[in-house]
Amino acid sequence: MTSATSPALHTANERRRVGSIAWHVGALAVLAVVLYPVIWVLGASFKPSKDIIASLDLLPTKPVWANFSGLADGISGISISSFFWNSLMYAVLAVAGVVLSSSLTAYAFAKIRFAGRNLLFTLMIGTLLLPYHVLLIPQYVLFRNLELTDTLVPLVAGKFLATEAFFVFLMVQFMRGLPRELDEAAKLDGCGHLRTYWSIVLPLSRPALITSAIFTFINAWNDFMGPLIYLNTPEKYTVSLGLMMFRDQEGISNYGSMIAMSLVALVPVIAFFMTFQRYLIDGMATSGLKG
Amino acid sequence: MTLVKEAPVRPAGKRPAAPAAGRRGRRRENLAGYLFMSPWIAGFLLLTAGPMIASLYYAFTSYNLFTPPRWVGLDNFTTMFQDPRWQKSVEVTLKYVVVATPLKLLLALGVALLLAQKRRGQGLYRAAFYMPSLIGASVSVGFVWRALFSDDAVVDRTQKIFGFDVGGWIGNPDYVLYSLVALSIWQFGAPMVIFLAGLKQVPQELYEAAEVDGAGPLRRFWNITLPMISPVLFFNVLLESIHAFQVFGSAYVVSDTRCGPADATLVYTCYLYQKGFKEAQMGFASAMAWTLVIAVALVTAVLFWSQKKWVHYEEAAK
Repeated sequence: MTSATSPALHTANERRRVGSIAWHVGALAVLAVVLYPVIWVLGASFKPSKDIIASLDLLPTKPVWANFSGLADGISGISISSFFWNSLMYAVLAVAGVVLSSSLTAYAFAKIRFAGRNLLFTLMIGTLLLPYHVLLIPQYVLFRNLELTDTLVPLVAGKFLATEAFFVFLMVQFMRGLPRELDEAAKLDGCGHLRTYWSIVLPLSRPALITSAIFTFINAWNDFMGPLIYLNTPEKYTVSLGLMMFRDQEGISNYGSMIAMSLVALVPVIAFFMTFQRYLIDGMATSGLKG
Repeated sequence: MTLVKEAPVRPAGKRPAAPAAGRRGRRRENLAGYLFMSPWIAGFLLLTAGPMIASLYYAFTSYNLFTPPRWVGLDNFTTMFQDPRWQKSVEVTLKYVVVATPLKLLLALGVALLLAQKRRGQGLYRAAFYMPSLIGASVSVGFVWRALFSDDAVVDRTQKIFGFDVGGWIGNPDYVLYSLVALSIWQFGAPMVIFLAGLKQVPQELYEAAEVDGAGPLRRFWNITLPMISPVLFFNVLLESIHAFQVFGSAYVVSDTRCGPADATLVYTCYLYQKGFKEAQMGFASAMAWTLVIAVALVTAVLFWSQKKWVHYEEAAK
């Protein structure tokens, strides 16, 4: 009996180990491809400009600081920190706008029974599929006529007016999942909708709010087309536009600083991502599944 | 849970708060609903519905921002269809959508299947694979891509080792679009996460039963996994192809701001941007935008129609 089972056990164990090794080899191979550009930019930022394209090494042979210290000079008289400040303002306003307006709207859809709710919900979902380019030109004309171009208003107005249907949808899904007994009890205790929203539903919806906030921050930080269209004084440029300006001004001659600034521009996004990746990934997964 | 127990016990003296009957209660609920969603209603009217009507109007006008729009009927559309650069932009976009979307989803599904197995460190892998989906849209990564794929840079030199010499992808009209495709595929993390969530929902009993029946891994994938995750697959196909139609930033940054060389990366939105914001032909650009809306709507409709044939929805899902 034992002599019969032990070779079988042996091979099963062995097979499991081979499977595990194969798994890790596969996963590491994908990891290498995914991380390569990130590690490359990290290494390149410490290479002398002339080596960045020409050298095949992933990491610099003799690390130099010049690329980063060169950033202190700014770009044609504008300091780098100005671009970062503008991006930060944009991102913070966008987050405040999305969290406030989307959660109010989501509360109405999830918790209030009012006439026309289903129709409006369908309309809201419909805007998810609408290519926003169709709105680009009339919105530009609108903000131009209001003399609001070259300010942050066109970039954040939509966030305060809950036009980002994805986040409204995410919050509606989440709020619908909250136990109905809670807001019914609040109602019996004499809470109005405002009170229920503020002291019961909002605190419980924290995961959905955090997911939306982080996505909004990162999207605003990465946004390129919006600032490209609406901002035209370099002092008001966000990091994305600052980077483009860098490219136009310095060209290939100062590749090192351009790469260094690219890296610095990624830092907030990567930091946010590392801190909140669990929320982000789960938020992404749930919104996809219930779609 | 105590709240649930207490709920039926109404504090004395308080009006029963269940006036779902009663016209006033219903009217109050309506008012509350509309008040709560007033930001969205304002946004919808001001920034979505209004602009849609406006752009539909502009599409039939000649409008340069400085003089009032002038009605030209279908002129924009007829010029557009005959414009060789517009035709080129359609060709480039379709090529991009058709090549990038399936490859990206294939990789996403493959890696999701890998990560669905319980192994040490899978959380770390998942996070690392997802990261490009967040940073991929930034100008920074566009620059990195430019550097990696330019003449005599890493990719170029690596392939020379294998005997290909294309003189860098960025400067080569035949290859530059594929550097954008590579950038899109690199961001496979977002659909991967959705696939993973779908895979988690597949009941394990199905696999066990199939194994007892002697079905091999390939059979199990084909007959169990694929049908069970088909709703998620559908969602990913829909989302990724719609996104691919609207690609702009990477084309603009990676292949210099003219979406070249030789219009090789003149994706649809890049041409729309040039027409609208560089040449101030707002009417033409609006006509282009509406054509895009119709194209995306058609693709969406075809996908929704096709799902009857291949998307398997569980009966009586809770």
